[in-house]
Amino acid sequence: MRNIIAFIARYHFIILFVILEAIALILFSKSSYYQQTVMYNGVNEITGRFYDQVTNLTDYIKLKKINEQLANENAMLRQMTSSSFLKNDTASFWKNDTLYKQQYRYIVANVNYNTIGKPNNYIMIDKGSLMGVEKDMGVITSNGVVGTVVQVSKNFSWVMSLLNKNSKVSGRIAHSDQIGTVIWNGLHYSFGTLTDVPAHSKIKRGDTIVTSGYSNTFPAGITIGIIKDYRIESGEDFFVIPFKFSVDFNALQHVYIVKNLLKKQQDTLMKVTEGQKNE
Amino acid sequence: MNKLIIPNIVRFVLLVLAQILFMNHLSFYGFLTPYIYVMFILLLPLETKGWALLLFSFLIGITIDLFSGTLGLHASASVFTAFIRPLFIKLEQKPEHGSATQPSYAEMGARWFIPYSFLLILIHHAFLNFMETFTFSGILHTLLRIIISSVVTFIIILSIEYIAGRNVTKKPF
Repeated sequence: MRNIIAFIARYHFIILFVILEAIALILFSKSSYYQQTVMYNGVNEITGRFYDQVTNLTDYIKLKKINEQLANENAMLRQMTSSSFLKNDTASFWKNDTLYKQQYRYIVANVNYNTIGKPNNYIMIDKGSLMGVEKDMGVITSNGVVGTVVQVSKNFSWVMSLLNKNSKVSGRIAHSDQIGTVIWNGLHYSFGTLTDVPAHSKIKRGDTIVTSGYSNTFPAGITIGIIKDYRIESGEDFFVIPFKFSVDFNALQHVYIVKNLLKKQQDTLMKVTEGQKNE
Repeated sequence: MNKLIIPNIVRFVLLVLAQILFMNHLSFYGFLTPYIYVMFILLLPLETKGWALLLFSFLIGITIDLFSGTLGLHASASVFTAFIRPLFIKLEQKPEHGSATQPSYAEMGARWFIPYSFLLILIHHAFLNFMETFTFSGILHTLLRIIISSVVTFIIILSIEYIAGRNVTKKPF
């Protein structure tokens, strides 16, 4: 016993180093798991409140730009109102509610914290489970796709931005309907990459990349970016397509969280299908 | 010793604020994020016991983590930096005045402080960036990122130390 104590006393520096390093590495490797625990949620509330205060201040400075953005969005919405359309002969059709079942709902949120310069970037927003935010919901702005919710606490959520090496979003080239995967190479915050598009498809610079609607996370047809270039690496059967994000990640402030009302149905259906495949 | 506690607490708070409010938002084509909070680990008093060194470093690392959504990342890099700090303090020739209380620019002099701080910053940033990308692909980009970020961190810390050190004869901070 004496020897053990003497040993610990002698090597306490190395022993403590190993323990603390192990704690840190375990936290890091399982961060997605630990971040859902109650302890972390509590801390999340505190850091969230803190960023709330900071954002209150910076919001004020950015008001002019936000106004512009809102005006643009208003203009776009105005185009969709009935007064912007030429009225057809009303007798020829009528609205039938069973045709249009609402699938998506949008929750407005403010960005509290955001980075763009790291290999894996995350965004904190000021809406949480109390306002109906759930894990795996999509996040967009009026300009395009921003990312996916990865953790939720009562009043705040962390969003994995498209500027993250773990981010994978299904994208479609609007012009040719080819489906691919949108990833980020960790370099510049304005440019992403579309991969997995077969080499035989036709691609043009300037084409728009939109969401495919395959993932149950985003509605189909939301802009992701505009194609800048395309190439095939030697020996590969797929295109590598660098594109410019339609969202300016450096100027995020107000975002919409996409709530898919039919997600549960879609997910159960998918599970059932996969279960049948395995049999 | 007791005189050094308050300056260190103040330094802890100021560095965490500077890191999460300003430094984390810098980006130069994805090449630049200076982690200046490492200055806290560099400047802990010379007398600090080994266990306290490790615990305080873990504390500042995990604080930065909680505010950036990267649980464990900064904690691991900070603990590692604290672990190798005594080596660098022993290795380098101490200046004549043996009455130094903390390894700062003002007390140890430029010839001691510059290699000490730069090497530790470089090791901290290298550990952090490799952990963060967790891959050796795109190694050139990671290396450039490490070097540019380290140099900028070093310049910021050195400037703070230089300005703070000019009237250090009265105050240790």
